[in-house]
Amino acid sequence: MTSPPRQSALAPFGAEAIATFDTTVVLTIGACLIFGIVALLFFVAVRSPGDRLSHTQGMRLVLVAGAALPTLILAALLVYVLPQMRPLPVPPRALGVSAVGEQFWWRTVYRAPGQPVLETANELRLPVGQTVTIELSSPDVIHSFWVPGLAGKMDMIPGRINRLIVRADKPGLYRGQCAEFCGLGHAVMAFDVIAMSPADYDRWLADERRPAVPAADPAGAATFAEYGCGGCHAIRDTQAAGRIGPDLTHLAARRHIAAGMLPMTVDAIARFTRDAPSLKPGVRMPAYPHMPPADAQAIGRYLAALK
Amino acid sequence: MSKRRPRGRMLHGLHSRIVTARVTLWTLIVPPTVWAVHFLFAYLWAAVSCEKAGRFASFPVLFWAGTALALALIVASALVAMVQKETPGDPPPHDAGTDTDRNRFLATATWLLAGLSFAGVVFTALPVLFLLDCR
Ligand code: HEC
Ligand SMILES: [Cu+2]
Repeated sequence: MTSPPRQSALAPFGAEAIATFDTTVVLTIGACLIFGIVALLFFVAVRSPGDRLSHTQGMRLVLVAGAALPTLILAALLVYVLPQMRPLPVPPRALGVSAVGEQFWWRTVYRAPGQPVLETANELRLPVGQTVTIELSSPDVIHSFWVPGLAGKMDMIPGRINRLIVRADKPGLYRGQCAEFCGLGHAVMAFDVIAMSPADYDRWLADERRPAVPAADPAGAATFAEYGCGGCHAIRDTQAAGRIGPDLTHLAARRHIAAGMLPMTVDAIARFTRDAPSLKPGVRMPAYPHMPPADAQAIGRYLAALK
Repeated sequence: MSKRRPRGRMLHGLHSRIVTARVTLWTLIVPPTVWAVHFLFAYLWAAVSCEKAGRFASFPVLFWAGTALALALIVASALVAMVQKETPGDPPPHDAGTDTDRNRFLATATWLLAGLSFAGVVFTALPVLFLLDCR
């Protein structure tokens, strides 16, 4: 296994987060320096005999070091950070991604130029070095899309599309999280973010576009159909075409299930299938308390094989 | 000595007019008012060009002219206040308010406000220069 995904603004991998991190370093060093100088002045003022201090010079020091200098420093900082706030230039025919926040998971849609639209869920993949516009929206309540290592957070607001322009600069495994309270399951609404080389990325896109692998064990697929899971979930090229829950066509290619909550294992899928509401409060998927564990395992095996 | 050159006399006249001019609360609020109007102007500038033209203003000559005008007004008010705050004060004890002391106080406050407003206008204008995006 690789190291666990990082979700930290202190481990930046996106252009914007890297710039913010650098600014943070500059500001921290500057603040320490200024603090040190002020402490030193304080020490000198307290220690020197009274008759050696001039009132006029002191007042001048307050004016220069207390008013003029801070204004100049702030102006310099403004000129330093403002260019970072300019959006990255987006080349024409760039990859477009939509992320839709839904209680309590993420629908992701990829639009590569000249290729059919691809929908998956609960994972964001980005090609390293390419600028991508992520269109953020929501069908239910306000969510907030936050990948601390990539860029600042941006709200997903029902009825409008917010555009977040990002560029991943380092490959790796990262994590994002809903950052606006959106209901009972808010705290377990996360997702994996995978930044990969453009070649790997194209391979992944091609893999995702393939139809679902035929079930090795038809019993699992039949059980899935029998319980009506396909009313909410889509598995492309099968009867299942629901749009309410996450697309499961290549579920097993993800690292987690249920929006970063449980590991991708047969057992976890079986548990979640039987009793999603007790694992994730407020979840929009019913419990199946009467489902025999063997059926849940069969469904788990079927779904965990959908690479 | 020789008679003053006309230019010098003009400046001298201006100077004596400034010294005798009354400082009031109205002159005090000139710099912050200019700052406030410039602030509104900057926001309207961005909002109108984003809404009507669909993009951030790319030829902001008018904006820079407005900013220069605002800074000039603030500097002018600071110069006037600087002369006025240097008028000799009444001798102590300062037991009652006198017109001179009142003038000196208001002039000093105006001068400080002018410094603040200058920085305010510059800090408002810089983002307009650097941001190129309506989002
Ligand atoms: C009423 C609609 C609905 C039905 C019926 C339903 N689900 Fe779900 N399912 C959801 C929703 C909504 C989610 C997203 C849950 C979350 O993470 O908030 C989900 C999530 C899942 C996930 C995790 C997907 C992922 O991307 O991580 C699995 C696996 C799953 N369901 C399996 C099943 C199975 C198996 C059945 C049938 C026994 C079923 N579901 C029936 C709505 C439904
Ligand atoms: Cu949310």
